[in-house]
Order: sequence, then C-alpha cells, then structure tokens
Amino acid sequence: MNRYAHPTHFMRISGIALPWLVVASLIALAVALYVSLFVAPEDYRQGQTVRIMFLHVPAAWLALGGYVAIAIASVTGWIWKRPLADVAARAIAPTGACFTLIVLLTGSLWGKPMWGTWWVWDARLTSVAILLLLYLGYIALWNAIEEPVLAARAAGALALIGVINVPVIHFSVSWWNTLHQPASVLRLDGPTIHPTLLVPLLLMFAALSLLMVTITLARMRLEILRRRTRMLLLRTAQA
Amino acid sequence: MRAFAALLSREFGGSQLGAGGLGVLFFLAVVVLLPLGLGPDADILAQIAPGILWIAALLASLLGLESMFREDFETGSLEVMAMSALPLEVVVLAKCLAHWLACLLPLAALSVPCGLLLHLGAGESFNVAIAMLLGTPAFSLLGSIGAALTLDARRGGLLALLLVLPLSIPPLIFGSLASGGEGSVPSLLLGAGLSLGALAIAPFLSSAILWARLRA
Repeated sequence: MNRYAHPTHFMRISGIALPWLVVASLIALAVALYVSLFVAPEDYRQGQTVRIMFLHVPAAWLALGGYVAIAIASVTGWIWKRPLADVAARAIAPTGACFTLIVLLTGSLWGKPMWGTWWVWDARLTSVAILLLLYLGYIALWNAIEEPVLAARAAGALALIGVINVPVIHFSVSWWNTLHQPASVLRLDGPTIHPTLLVPLLLMFAALSLLMVTITLARMRLEILRRRTRMLLLRTAQA
Repeated sequence: MRAFAALLSREFGGSQLGAGGLGVLFFLAVVVLLPLGLGPDADILAQIAPGILWIAALLASLLGLESMFREDFETGSLEVMAMSALPLEVVVLAKCLAHWLACLLPLAALSVPCGLLLHLGAGESFNVAIAMLLGTPAFSLLGSIGAALTLDARRGGLLALLLVLPLSIPPLIFGSLASGGEGSVPSLLLGAGLSLGALAIAPFLSSAILWARLRA
C-alpha cells in the first residue's frame, strides 16, 4: 500500500484508471436511472414521488460516508504524514457537500407532497443542515490557509470534531421519534423495504459511489498538479 | 499559579476587556431592538426572551475570539508563551477564562435586568442567568478551537464564526431550554455537562492546533 501512496505512482495509476472510471460511472448512472425511473413500480400510497427516494437515500449515505472518509483520511495524513491522504481529504469535500445539498433539496421536494411541508426543524433534517455547514466550514478553512501542510492539519482537526455529528444523524431518527421515518435498509434485523424498491436503490447507490470515486480521483490529480505548480513557482521566486 | 494569574490579568486587561465592552453593547442593542422589530406584545416577548438572550450571548462572545490568539501570534508573544514553563494547554485555558470573564460573565449578569425588560418573570430571568453561568463556558472553550484554526487564515474572524457556530448548537439548545418550564433542570445539567466536556477537550485540541502552526 505504501508504494501506491507516493504521488508519482498515484498520478501514473490514476491517469490510466480515470478514463475507464468515467465511462463505467456514466454507464452505471444510465442503468440506475433507467431502472429507478422506468422499471421500479410506483408505490401504492406515494405514487410516482417514491422515485425521489432512489436519489435521496444513496445521496444521504454518501454525504455521511464522505464525511467519515474525510475524517479517516485526515487522521491518516496527520499520524503517518502521508500528503496523499491530505490531498484525498480535501478532494472528497466538495462532492460530499454536493450530496448533502442534494439530500436537503430532494428531501424538501419529497416532503412537500408527503408531509405537507418543505421543511421541519426535525432532529434529522437539522443535523443534516449542520452537516452541510460543517462541509462548508471545512472547505473554507482549506481555502483560507495558503501553506498546504498547515491547512491539512487545521482542516483535519475540524473534520475530527465534526465527525461527532455523523452518529447523531444516523441515530437521530430512532432517538427522537419525529416526522422523518426510521431507517429501513441499514438496520440490524435486515431491510424492511420491498426488494423491487431495494434493487434500484442499491443500483443507484453503486452508480453514485462510482461517480464519487471518479470525481475524487480527478480532484486529487488536480490538487497534486496544483501543489507541483506552487512548488515550481516558489522555486523560481527564490532563484 | 502566579504565572497563570499574571497571564490571566494580561489577557483580561489587554484585548478581551475591549471586546467584552463591545459585546455588552451588542447584547443591549439586541434587547432594545427586539421589541421594536416584533412589537411590544408582552406574551410574545416573554416566550422568545430566553432564546434571544442566548443567541445574543453566543454572537457577542464571537466578537472576542479574533483577539484570543491572533495578535499574540503576529507579535511572537504566543511563541514566548509556548516556550515558557507554563504548558500551552494552560495558556489556552487562561485565555479562555479571560474571554469568558470579559465577554460572557457580564452578559449572564445583564440577562436578569434584560429578561425583566422583555417581560420575563423574575424567577425565569434568574434561571436564564444561572443557565448562562453554567453553560456559556462551553462557548469560550469551543471558540478557542475556532480561533486556533483560523490563526493566520485570510478573513479569519468571519471564518472562525462559520466554524464555531455548528459546534455551539448543543450548548445553545440546552441553555435556552434550561430557562424555565418543564425539563429545565435536566437541560441545565446537560448544559453544565457540555461545558465540562468542552473543558476536557478544547484546551488540548486548541494547543495541538497551535503547536502544529508554531512548529512549521
């Protein structure tokens, strides 16, 4: 693993993998969209609006997963001094923030016909809104500090504090029984959702995960190139 | 201990007192503007008063954060403090204490007359003050993390605000719940617990962040 953590190796391997990943994630996204929009049945009570779930739920998982991944990458970067881990942590953040925004938007589009309101100050909704704030603060902190190593330490510390919010979001629905329904897929006694809905859901999750990996790799490559440019500029300025 | 006291009086008399004075003015301005914006209806004012007082205290406390480390970092005093016999964690603690004494303690005292002005009962106003005494130390301690993170960031003050606000939500929720009515005692205890939790974590985290900056 150590060998692949070197930026030069990473650039070579990711350069080969990236075009394939782009094609694969586009195909996966097309299949998942087709299945969830045309193959999956309507819900007998929710009608067509149930299809919002196929985007809403995977986006929520990825928003949370992205934040956890940032925290893990930050710890790795801090303890084992791997610049590539810091690069990865920074690269995940904008995609994670996007998914958080998608969760909030699709949730409110779904909430209007089902609950009769765009937004309630329910425990889960509020904690996802806080997650968005944490993502934005994380991105802003990276942008505010010039020197990459210092920015990585500061942003990593912030990510570790914010990770407390993740279990709060996951369990908020069970702890405070409010408007948002409890988990029906990720639970100990097996999923309670019908397979005809579960399959498109998992397909979409796979497609969006692939998309997130692809975007993250592309952003990591961009960040490495940006750092190399920065080093070159510093060197020419000194010479 | 003498070094701690000297540092505390330096911090208190130096930058924090000015920020605290501004904070008091801000707090009073919110209390005066509230009835002007919402109308003088006594029931409405009494209902929202605890929450408004808490929000005003939180925002006022953010005023003092920028001066917590930044000036000392720029002049090099922070490095001297880090090299001194006092551990950096204790330095952070002294700065948090000075911030709390200058920026938040006066607001806790003021919340009694301000609560009365907003048609809150005497008992409830007193409850707000007690809740603030126990709950607001968390604001200073969590604020030190934001201040340490944005030590030399561009537009650091504004950024610290963005970073600290999500962290300050739990003390705010339990603090304003503790001001009266059902469940106010457990909320009061939870607020105090959050302060203690922040006391256990924040000085270490802030000083780790500061060390990472000073070593570079």
